[in-house]
Amino acid sequence: MKRANAMIDYQPVILPSIPDLHRIDVYEQHRGYQHIRKAIGMTPDEVINVVKASGLRGRGGAAFPTGLKWSFMPKETDKPKYLCVNGDESEPGSFKDRQIFEFNPHLMIEGILIAGWALGLRAAYIYIRGEYETWVRMVEAAVKDAYERGYIGERMKQTFGTDFAMDIYVHRGAGAYICGEESSLMNSIEGKRPYPRVKPPFPAQYGLWGCPTTINNVETIANVPVIIDRGPDWFKAIGAEKHPGPILYGISGHVNKPGVYELPTGMLLTELIHEVAGGVPGGKRIKMVIPGGSSMPPLRGDQLEGVRMDADSLKEVGSAIGTAGIMVMDEDTDLTRVLTRITHFYKVESCGQCTPCREGTGWMLKVLHRLEHGDGASADLDLLHSVASNIEGNTVCALGDAAAWPVRFTIERFRAELEAEIRAKSSHS
Amino acid sequence: MFTEEELQQVQEIRSHYPTNLAAVMGVLHMVQDKYGYISDEAITSVAKLLDIPEENVLGVVTFYEMYHQHPTGKYKLQVCTNVSCLLCGSDMVLKTIKDKIGIGIGETTADGLFSVHEVECLGSCGTAPVVSVNKEYHEKLTPESINALIDNLKARA
Repeated sequence: MKRANAMIDYQPVILPSIPDLHRIDVYEQHRGYQHIRKAIGMTPDEVINVVKASGLRGRGGAAFPTGLKWSFMPKETDKPKYLCVNGDESEPGSFKDRQIFEFNPHLMIEGILIAGWALGLRAAYIYIRGEYETWVRMVEAAVKDAYERGYIGERMKQTFGTDFAMDIYVHRGAGAYICGEESSLMNSIEGKRPYPRVKPPFPAQYGLWGCPTTINNVETIANVPVIIDRGPDWFKAIGAEKHPGPILYGISGHVNKPGVYELPTGMLLTELIHEVAGGVPGGKRIKMVIPGGSSMPPLRGDQLEGVRMDADSLKEVGSAIGTAGIMVMDEDTDLTRVLTRITHFYKVESCGQCTPCREGTGWMLKVLHRLEHGDGASADLDLLHSVASNIEGNTVCALGDAAAWPVRFTIERFRAELEAEIRAKSSHS
Repeated sequence: MFTEEELQQVQEIRSHYPTNLAAVMGVLHMVQDKYGYISDEAITSVAKLLDIPEENVLGVVTFYEMYHQHPTGKYKLQVCTNVSCLLCGSDMVLKTIKDKIGIGIGETTADGLFSVHEVECLGSCGTAPVVSVNKEYHEKLTPESINALIDNLKARA
């Protein structure tokens, strides 16, 4: 992880600068596996209430309140309960969970155990995208070490003096963006074709193998031990009032110092780009910024003043926090090409279950190819807008919206730029 | 298809789940790692081994990008061309590879050593452009580092 600008007064807690923290002995030396002890000293409801009171919201894209999600899990049930930790991390522009796998895997594991105690879990599955094989091995090694030290499995009872025990398994994906969608992820673990499920029923009622299940992002779960350790008030005081806490910003594209930076939520986008990430190479102007992974509506470079990186502030300016993966594009960027590439992604990754998404992404891509190669006209932008609008809201899962938003909002916000590109390209062809 | 030791690994994977079906991805990863691709015969064998319908195995194999039904090059050069890599030079990566070994996306060298694949975002946006060779990531690539990488792989082969 990169160190943020020293001007910003913040000490990282998710990715602190402690050498070899991925090793279990080093993690233990820094009070590792003491937070689960503290949690077990509380009742499960008290733990859920602490997480609720902290204001922690999911870091995987939807920013849903974590404590509230946990409270949806039924208390009285004969069925085993499960947690899926979503480390599919396939949203273009997102590369943060990988840092936790590599530099602080035991924090995630301890967070899983605390969730396990709070929710009465039988087991948790850490779902890691297939391409991250190197990181799968790292997490598997960390889980194995934690088993050997008696922090996971039957020996937990002895270690923590409790009746509670759970297992943690790593499930490796095999290259499918859709598996980051929670119901697709569960079908993937079950060994089925990972088509997203129709909701309701929601996972808390009918999840893995029809049992109550919660799905949390890797970074979300990694925040839990810190909250138990320092208390909800400490957490709530960091960053944006309604979306508090530390967050991992992934900044990429046209910046001098791309990387993952742990900082408070609610930072100014301009400060993140110009101070933290060192500005744009060559001092160029910014044409477009996608603030939270490629599905999120893009912002104009000339309208970034005052925009803050938290769920509510971004909603106000017509975008969303997503994964806080910020992609910066300078004034020379070919927007038609970027939009074509983004649409290619959704076309390839559409699972094919719903017609609007399966067919619509292909139609959009064909029109965009035409524009990219100088065979289009500005009326094609209206056609694209119409196709995107007919995908949006008409599919089982959010991939339809994710494919439609970049197209619809780029056209709405960059119409003049796109038309200029279309004219320039057709005069060259 | 599998040795005794590998069969034990299958049992270990199986023990992670309440159903046999759920072990299918882990076992398919083992097949892919060992043979480089998943043949029709392997699909039949995996189905028998886990006592699950063959169509379930086929349905999983055909869904995921990383399960190959045909042999690929010994070294799979998986080039990310998604947004952050595009902004940081994935065109250069593809051109350098083409100049060096004469193949582009979807092609395999005549000696079977290299194949080039266009892949989606690999989660290395902060260190773009990136190529994953089999499972190993190579980041912040330049024409020099790509040429050196290919020379190294040739020497290793």
